[in-house]
Amino acid sequence: MSRERDFTSAILDARLPVPSGLQDGHSQPAGRRFSVYRNNVAVSLTQALHQGFPTVARLLGPDNMDGLAGQFLRAHPPTSPVLTHYGDAFPAYLERLPQLAHLGYLGDMARLDCALRRSYHAADAPPIDAQLLATLSPEALLASRFRFAPALCVLRSRWPIHSIWRYNTQEGAPKPAAGPEDVLITRPDYDPVPERLPPGAALWIEALQSGDTLATATETACAAVPDFDLSAPLALLIEGRALTDISR
Amino acid sequence: MSTTKKTLAVAGAVAAALTAAATSQAAAQAKEKCFGVSLAGQNDCAAGPGTTCAGTSTVDYQGNAWTLVDSGTCAEMDLPAAADGSARAGSLEPLERDLPA
Repeated sequence: MSRERDFTSAILDARLPVPSGLQDGHSQPAGRRFSVYRNNVAVSLTQALHQGFPTVARLLGPDNMDGLAGQFLRAHPPTSPVLTHYGDAFPAYLERLPQLAHLGYLGDMARLDCALRRSYHAADAPPIDAQLLATLSPEALLASRFRFAPALCVLRSRWPIHSIWRYNTQEGAPKPAAGPEDVLITRPDYDPVPERLPPGAALWIEALQSGDTLATATETACAAVPDFDLSAPLALLIEGRALTDISR
Repeated sequence: MSTTKKTLAVAGAVAAALTAAATSQAAAQAKEKCFGVSLAGQNDCAAGPGTTCAGTSTVDYQGNAWTLVDSGTCAEMDLPAAADGSARAGSLEPLERDLPA
């Protein structure tokens, strides 16, 4: 076990000696061949972070992203052999770096990148026919509880994360204006779609996710945002094929 | 607000959401996978690292890379002719043309 630990530490720290006992194909000490391996590990994880955090990479530029990735991958090496979700700790890591303190939104942008990737890989779940809602009496509607597709995700931010994402990924998108923005991610077809939520809607969806009835969730949202209207967020959930069950 | 009024308000908002969703779904065309029409590095895929699809097309109009387009428009899209002068068209199936060397 300690041999494995030595190997892992030496992979991530070029100042450490090549682990003893490593040999090349001619039974000679591995020597500089180990450095090649070291480099491949760092390069592949750096590429993984570029691919996994496209918005952050665009905001920082390739050189800064390379540098940050190099530090991050040594502080937080993968804990799973599956690279797909590598970088869970990256948002909080970005927020703790003093040299990035002037880009306060960066952590939440990384959370958005992460959430889009999780949504992409979430399990399929067939949506219900939304017209079912039209068949319920007003009383039954208020007492109903919703279940959501695993690909659904709600993010709340004090930064304009949806506008920043759009400005950096879509041609001709308007410049972001300051202010908090909440985002709903659904996956109507193959790819996740982030939509901006009106005020109070994130609270409303989170209450429904926790199992509250439509009546309770709506009261919660109205208490925080008096003019909250559930029709816009409900339409987004239906369009995003995110409603998978309605129960009493 | 009285309970009855609240109940009716929620029912009204749900009805409005159904109408809004139905309208926008009718407006938004159904999509289909279209092969051989995307520019290098711009094929659709949000899978991220550890996969082989995120923006991995390396040549323009790569035959085995796809993007989502409105249903029925895939084969009609205007594409520039290939280097040898032969015409290019999108396809619902992967194509053998414009594969990376």
